[in-house]
Formats: sequence, structure tokens, C-alpha cells
Amino acid sequence: MNINLTLIGQSLAFVVFVWFCMKLVWPPIVNALNDRKTKIADGLAAAEEGQQAKAKAQEHAEQVTSEAKEQAQEIIRRAEKRETEMVEEAKGNARTEGDRILTAARGEIDKEANMAREALRAQVAALAVTGASKILSREVDAEAHAKMLDELIAEL
Amino acid sequence: MASSEALTTTGYIKHHLQNLTFGQHPDGTWGIAHGAAEAKAMGFWAIHLDTMFWSVLLGALFIWVFRRAAVKATAGVPSGMLNFVEWVVEFVDDNVRGSFSHKNDLVAPLALTLFVWVLLMNTMDLVPVDWLPELAKLMGIEYMKVVPTTDPNATFGMALGVFVLTVFYSIKVKGIGGFTAELTMQPFAAKNPILKILFLPANFFLEFVSLVSKPVSLSLRLFGNLFAGEMIFILIALLFSGGTVLFIAGGALQWAWAVFHILIVLLQAFIFMTLTIVYLEMAHSHH
Repeated sequence: MNINLTLIGQSLAFVVFVWFCMKLVWPPIVNALNDRKTKIADGLAAAEEGQQAKAKAQEHAEQVTSEAKEQAQEIIRRAEKRETEMVEEAKGNARTEGDRILTAARGEIDKEANMAREALRAQVAALAVTGASKILSREVDAEAHAKMLDELIAEL
Repeated sequence: MASSEALTTTGYIKHHLQNLTFGQHPDGTWGIAHGAAEAKAMGFWAIHLDTMFWSVLLGALFIWVFRRAAVKATAGVPSGMLNFVEWVVEFVDDNVRGSFSHKNDLVAPLALTLFVWVLLMNTMDLVPVDWLPELAKLMGIEYMKVVPTTDPNATFGMALGVFVLTVFYSIKVKGIGGFTAELTMQPFAAKNPILKILFLPANFFLEFVSLVSKPVSLSLRLFGNLFAGEMIFILIALLFSGGTVLFIAGGALQWAWAVFHILIVLLQAFIFMTLTIVYLEMAHSHH
């Protein structure tokens, strides 16, 4: 327990260790700690920013969705309108066509009836002429009495 | 348990308190001192090989562990030993920030070195008192005192370093004049030049004592606590040779004292560091 050279030795060791610590131990560790602090702060700020961006994007997405929905509604509405229009148009067309066909058919029927009537009339005239000629025997000259016969036919 | 030459209680204790001293014998030859008387006869120019060995080994351990961590330290996720080292560094850094308000790149590393180094040296106290000395005896080394902080040379050596730094920074910050004024112009201050000169001896005496008492108290506090702790461990170890009952009592006591001693080991390292910071803070600030 004597005070001796150990005192000096210990002081030297002290100086060496403190110097080493000051040069090669403390600065890298403290720098790393500070860097990490900055990094964490940056990370937190970035996370905050990200969250804000996310909220903004969500808002935007909602807006876009609602716009799209509106557009879809509009399109459906228009389509429905067009549908009714087309149905009405088709109905109109069909009616016109029907009318046309009906008119044509009526014309045909009238024409056929007229033709039949003419034929019947001609046959009746011929029949009358035959009858009359039989009654009058040879008295009637077909050519001479043609005018009178035609008038007869017209009267039938 | 005790050495072959001294199986008595006194011999055992004396053996445990004897450093492995290397120096010049009175007859002019150099060698290891055999016994306290021979060590004393060597005077100042002798060195405690065990104290130097353990303190440098533990200091090197501190430097090695912390340097490895410093090399690996990045801003990324820390792991393992790096985590622990960073925790210690932050603890010391917080303490320095709390007590030291000036710009000085030396103080924090100084505090870290002192804290960890003193802590490691103190922790040697928790190794059962006979293990390492007996191992040393097997290797042919007669004396082995493994706790460097129970050697006043070690504690004075560190306190001396702190003292030199205190004086150096006092002069650097306040100038030679400021430092001298601090030593001579207070606590009794006067405007009158004659009174000033009259007060000078008293002031100088008081301030000089308070200046010198700092390193003395710093080193003696650490030495006294650890020496007392070591002494109690040695006394408890004596119980082991006193029969079954005393053996069990000794085991229980050793365990209890070791648990309590963990507190002292840590606390004394912390006090040594804190006081160093405070002394340097005082050196930097003007009165």
C-alpha cells in the first residue's frame, strides 16, 4: 500500500485510454446516434407526409368515383330515353307499314272485284245476246245491233 | 486458502493486502518484493505489477469492446453489444449534458472512460477473493491483488489526471491571472488594495486547500469504499476455514455482501465520473 511508481503508470494509462476514447470511440458512436436521430425524425416526417398524401389521394379517388357514378347514371338515363324513342319509332314504322300493306291489299281487292264484275258483266251480255238471238232467231244482226247491245251491257 | 508460509489469520489478511511489487532491493538488485517490509524498503521507484496488469487489461477490454462497437456503429438498427454500448454512451452523455454546460470535446469521452474503467476495476471485487491469487500462486506468482481500485496508487493516478486537466482548463479558460485571482481574491473580497493584500494569505490558504482536496477526496473516496469492501470479503473468506456452521454462514454472508457490493461498485464508478464532470465544469466557469 505504498505510493510508488504505480501512480505514474496509472496516470499514463489513464491518459492513453482517455485519448483513445476521445479520438476513436466517442465520435463514431455519438455521430451514429445523432445520425440515427436525424434518420428517425426524417422517417417520422416522411410517414406524416405519406399519411397526408394518402388522405389526399383517398379524397381524390372518392371524387373520381362519384363523378364516374354520376356519368354512369347519365349514360343509363340517356340509354333508357333512347330505348323508348327506338321502341316508339319502331311502333310508328310498323303502323305505317301495316297501313301501307292494308291500303295495297284493299286496292288489290277492289281491282280484283272490278275485274270480276267486268267479266261477269261481259258474260251476262253475251248470255243476254245469246238468249235474245235465240228468241229473235235470225232477226238480229249482231253487227247491226252492236250499238244497242253495248248500251245494254253498260246498263247491266 | 492462505499461502504456505502464513496460515494464520493475520498472515492471510496481510498476504491478501500485499501487492506484487517490482523494484530495487536495498542491496541494489532488482526483483519482486517478498513481504510488506521489502516492498516498503523499495521506496518510490517500485511498481505494483498486479495493479498495472489488471488496470491496463481492464482498460484495454473497455477500449476493445467500445472500439468494436464504434466501428460497427451506424444510423441503422443497432444490435447486441452495440445496443449496450450505445446505452452506456447515452447514459454518460446525458450526465455530461446535465452537469457540464460548456463546449469541450474532451469531457464526455473522459467521463465515459472513467466510468467504464472504474466500474470494470471495481467489478473485480466481486470475483471471490481467493480465486485469482490462488491461480497466480499455481503459476508461481506469490502476490496478486486483483482489484486495482483498492490500490491508492491507481485511484490517485486517475485523480491526478483529473486534477491536471482541472488546472489546465482553469488556466486556459480564465488565463493565469484569472486562475491566480480565483486562488487569492476570494472568499474574502475587498475593494481596498491594502485589504486585498491582507486577505491574500487567508484566501490562498483556503482556496489552495479546497483545490487540493478535490483530487484527494476523489481518489480516497473510491479507494476507501473499495478497500473496505475487499477487506470485508477477506474477513468473510476467513470463515470458510472455521468448520461447517461457519462455512455455511460465510457462504451466505459472502453472497449477501456481494449483492450489496454491486451497488457500491456501480455507485462509486458513477460518483467518480460525476465529480470529474463537476470539477471540470467548475474549472470552466467564472466566479
